[in-house]
Amino acid sequence: MTPTLQVFLIISATLFSIGLLAVLSRRHAIFILIGIEIMLAAANLNFIAFWRFGPQPQPPTGVMIALFSIAIAAAEAAVGLAMVIAVYRHYHTTNVDQLDQLRG
Amino acid sequence: MNSAAFIVTAIFTVAAALAAATLRNLMHAALSFAAAFVGIAALFFLLGAEFVGLALVFIYIGAVAVLVVFTILLTRRDVGKDRGFNWGGATVAVAVFACLTWSILKTQSLAIGAPHIATLTVKRIGAALMTTYVWPLQCVGILLTAALIGALILVMEERR
Repeated sequence: MTPTLQVFLIISATLFSIGLLAVLSRRHAIFILIGIEIMLAAANLNFIAFWRFGPQPQPPTGVMIALFSIAIAAAEAAVGLAMVIAVYRHYHTTNVDQLDQLRG
Repeated sequence: MNSAAFIVTAIFTVAAALAAATLRNLMHAALSFAAAFVGIAALFFLLGAEFVGLALVFIYIGAVAVLVVFTILLTRRDVGKDRGFNWGGATVAVAVFACLTWSILKTQSLAIGAPHIATLTVKRIGAALMTTYVWPLQCVGILLTAALIGALILVMEERR
């Protein structure tokens, strides 16, 4: 049996759910960033799979979108980790539950 | 596409991602995160997108994983205070997974095999980047510069 498009989409859905699990259930800011990165990688896997299994895979459209998406994810990770360090400097915690100064 | 290699890679990727999302020790989770990206890059290789797989290895394992480890070390005093699991989040994640899987399995037009295509060479990717996608490429360059400056300003010492 060679893998079909469905199998790749299910793996991508699994990775997305794992990323969502990390974002929703962990309280540490770095874990939340790791979850977001896993979700973005699942989206990239979808782009590549749809490009590979599409009816006209000659122009490398999916590959291009995945490349740009990786670049944007890298920028997001850099800014997010800088924000974690800045927050840690101010509050001496990275637990997102304790960052409630703006709560009314 | 080799199905045995595919099954091994898929199981490895999902297991590493699950470990990254659930391990208590931050450092172990960061290393599992790097392992998960090795698996995703291998899936890209199996799909015939070798260049994207290599870019993923360079960017995520070479840069982002190292950044994560540095951030963990810089915020070390807080490590180990990550209290238990939030079961509400787990329920939402399982519900999302069930909905996605159900809709993927329901859609009959997705059960197709891969057509034979010519190998995607780096030369073709470079030509496309320099012709069709030259404006997005410049915009990504500006975005990365802005992100670099923004990250520097965020972590700079404040003067009062």
